[in-house]
Amino acid sequence: MSSSVLLLVLAGLTVVGFYLGRSRALASVGGKVRDLHSLPGYYGYAVALWCGVPSFAVFVLWSIIGAKTGHGAPGYAGFAVIIALAVAGLAYAHRQIRPDMKARDGVERVVRIVLITCSAIAILTTVGIILSLIFESFRFFEKVSPIEFLFGLEWSPQTALRADQVGSSGRFGAVPLFAGTMMISLIAMMVAAPVGLLSAIYMSEYAGPKLRATAKPILEVLAGIPTVVYGFFAALTMAPLFRGWGEQIGFEVASESAIAAGLVMGIMIIPFVSSLSDDVISAVPQSLREGSLGLGATQSETIRRVILPAALPGIVGSLLLATSRAIGETMIVVMAAGLAANMTANPFEAVTTVTVQIVTLLVGDQEFDSAKTLAAFALGLVLFCVTLCLNIIAFSVVNKYREQYE
Amino acid sequence: MSETLAATSDATVLNGTSGMHTRTEKIAAGLKRRHAVEKRFRAYGLMGIGFAVACVALLFSTIIGNALPGFKETRINLEIEFSKEIIDPEGSNDPNVIRGADFRKIVRDSFFSLFPNVKGRRDRRELAKIISSGSSFILRDMVMDDPSLIGTTQIVALPLSADLDQFYKGGISGEVAESDRRVSDKQIGWLRHLIADKRLESVFNMTLFSAGDSREPELAGIAGAIMGSFYTMIVTLALSFPIGVASAVYLEEFAPKNRWTQLIEVNINNLAAVPSIVFGLLGLAVFLNFFDLPRSAPLVGGMVLALMTLPTVIIAGRAALKAVPPSIREAAFGMGASRWQTIVHHVLPLAMPGVLTGTIIGMAQALGETAPLLMIGMVAFVVDIPGGFTDSATVMPVQIYLWSDAPERAFIERTAAATLVLLGFLVMMNALAVVLRKKFERKW
Repeated sequence: MSSSVLLLVLAGLTVVGFYLGRSRALASVGGKVRDLHSLPGYYGYAVALWCGVPSFAVFVLWSIIGAKTGHGAPGYAGFAVIIALAVAGLAYAHRQIRPDMKARDGVERVVRIVLITCSAIAILTTVGIILSLIFESFRFFEKVSPIEFLFGLEWSPQTALRADQVGSSGRFGAVPLFAGTMMISLIAMMVAAPVGLLSAIYMSEYAGPKLRATAKPILEVLAGIPTVVYGFFAALTMAPLFRGWGEQIGFEVASESAIAAGLVMGIMIIPFVSSLSDDVISAVPQSLREGSLGLGATQSETIRRVILPAALPGIVGSLLLATSRAIGETMIVVMAAGLAANMTANPFEAVTTVTVQIVTLLVGDQEFDSAKTLAAFALGLVLFCVTLCLNIIAFSVVNKYREQYE
Repeated sequence: MSETLAATSDATVLNGTSGMHTRTEKIAAGLKRRHAVEKRFRAYGLMGIGFAVACVALLFSTIIGNALPGFKETRINLEIEFSKEIIDPEGSNDPNVIRGADFRKIVRDSFFSLFPNVKGRRDRRELAKIISSGSSFILRDMVMDDPSLIGTTQIVALPLSADLDQFYKGGISGEVAESDRRVSDKQIGWLRHLIADKRLESVFNMTLFSAGDSREPELAGIAGAIMGSFYTMIVTLALSFPIGVASAVYLEEFAPKNRWTQLIEVNINNLAAVPSIVFGLLGLAVFLNFFDLPRSAPLVGGMVLALMTLPTVIIAGRAALKAVPPSIREAAFGMGASRWQTIVHHVLPLAMPGVLTGTIIGMAQALGETAPLLMIGMVAFVVDIPGGFTDSATVMPVQIYLWSDAPERAFIERTAAATLVLLGFLVMMNALAVVLRKKFERKW
């Protein structure tokens, strides 16, 4: 008997419990529903919960513990225990049914607990992310000192098979990765910030409803395209394009240049900048505009001298959010940026980023105690902390700004 | 504005000495300059929008331009003699005998008979490369499906090998020096002979939609990836929709305003901005290493993506619940309904279109997501089409990533074609969301 059969049996018992409970409740008052404390269905739900929840919980626990200790799924004896538990729960709740039983209160209390649990999953996820990153990073820092990781200038994570091999130790200085990430994000922001801001300004201040109705969805299309498509586009079109231009003017451009990846990433985050800034600019009170225009300023003077300074905190917030997006972006750089950790300030050379290294370290089969795989979690921890800080700063700046005008 | 003020005050100073005349002149001169600035500023704004629109156009034209040849493949019509001596000499009809038969010989016998002049092992090997190496499997599957073919002669359309297919479509130009291309002069000559014989035909590339992954471009398809995406999305939907709606209902309708609910809210907003690859690390550390769930399985992929889309669903759900006016709730309370009855019977049905729209948008994001799935091993080379939630599988965006890395030229057009299919699915989902919003949106 497989687990799915057991689950089917449990589900069947639960449904039976519902109907038994409902009919017993009706029978207890001779069909006069108004004499019951709750609607008859609630008695059915109460019995179904007593029948299904404890037995299912035991089944899940048993399966997890069995898998962890190597005993596998519960056997026939386990199935018998679980089904007996379900039947016992059903019988107990069935006997409890009386006209004055507060079935609805009980059922709604359970539902409420379920709702609270569901909303706590968001917290559990965050806790899970932090714990797993910190735990694995600690194992990494037992092998490599945090000082070397954060300030070392050399990154070559190949650990050798034999201990006596040349260069077997691997070097885990992550500064070249941080530098590469910053360079690509900077290029991306240099594309996205002006384009996004200018289009946001034009859309909220100049554009008529017709242009808005066409241009806005087009910008949203950019936000909806999967990043792997951008990566393909960068590798297929942009990188050869820059290489070709470089060749024409006799200039060496790497085929996985930072500029190609950064430019395409910039295109990707244009809609983030533009939609966030659009909101922020629209939130500037109309009275400021009218005041400035009334004093004889032209529209562009109003925008540059009144609206933008007023919206500046919000715009900074949106730029920070976009930067955090760029730092955490993975597929574009995996497909279009390099693998070698170069320390260079030349955007036409290949650089690598934190996310690229996480992917290369973890793709493929690997054992879970080598410094090489654990390094990915340390990089993930850095990535998580940096993006978290940027997000928190950005959110608080935007919120403070919003309060200012409310 | 300070410029304007400065100009005015200058003018006032001048006013004392030279009168009104210079002041208006000065303002008029400044006005011209200011209007020029205004025009330029507007032009910058338009250029910003123009750049973004041009990027969209370039992106789509590149993808579509590369994808179109990928939807065609070239087939060669051959008279295939399903000879009994080769396939099943004893007439046993045993599937194992048929499966083990030398179908390669059947293909080659038929193909070589078109070129009686080609002798010598090297030439023949080169000649055999014209036809796809998967042809023998196609014939094998035909006979396995219909054993009555044995002993008959049929005209079968077999795929050309990818390099020749590219040449025929014009992807590899004949002008390049022979050493720089993957098609030799002799093969080109033979191909011309086949064209003159009217044996080649261009057909719709069904392989792309019916086959799993393969190392040979002409045999590779996205059916496996589509099924993988399908199973993954089912898991994601089954987890993120109920949990997301439950959280939204709790936070919007039940939760008291206290530290705990504030913490949950901050958490949800932050999770929405955490890089997707971090969710992959979480899945690797918790689902694979701690709970020992299978690697590369849609089950785990779906769970990771569900955690990722949860914030989207919750935020959209809360917005939809908030939009239902309080009068509905008060009316239900007034009739004696409990809080839960009010929500389930009245508020939630009215909020459902908004919730569904948010869910669909979240699912579209999940469908296009790649990075977290790389972490949990969904990058495996999977030939078989997955048939369940725990089979090894890959998904469409990961398939695109894998193919874009492949060295064969013929994979470029297939990658672009797969991208177009993925974009097609996304467009459909988003269109559905828009229709839902337009059709069921209620203004209170």
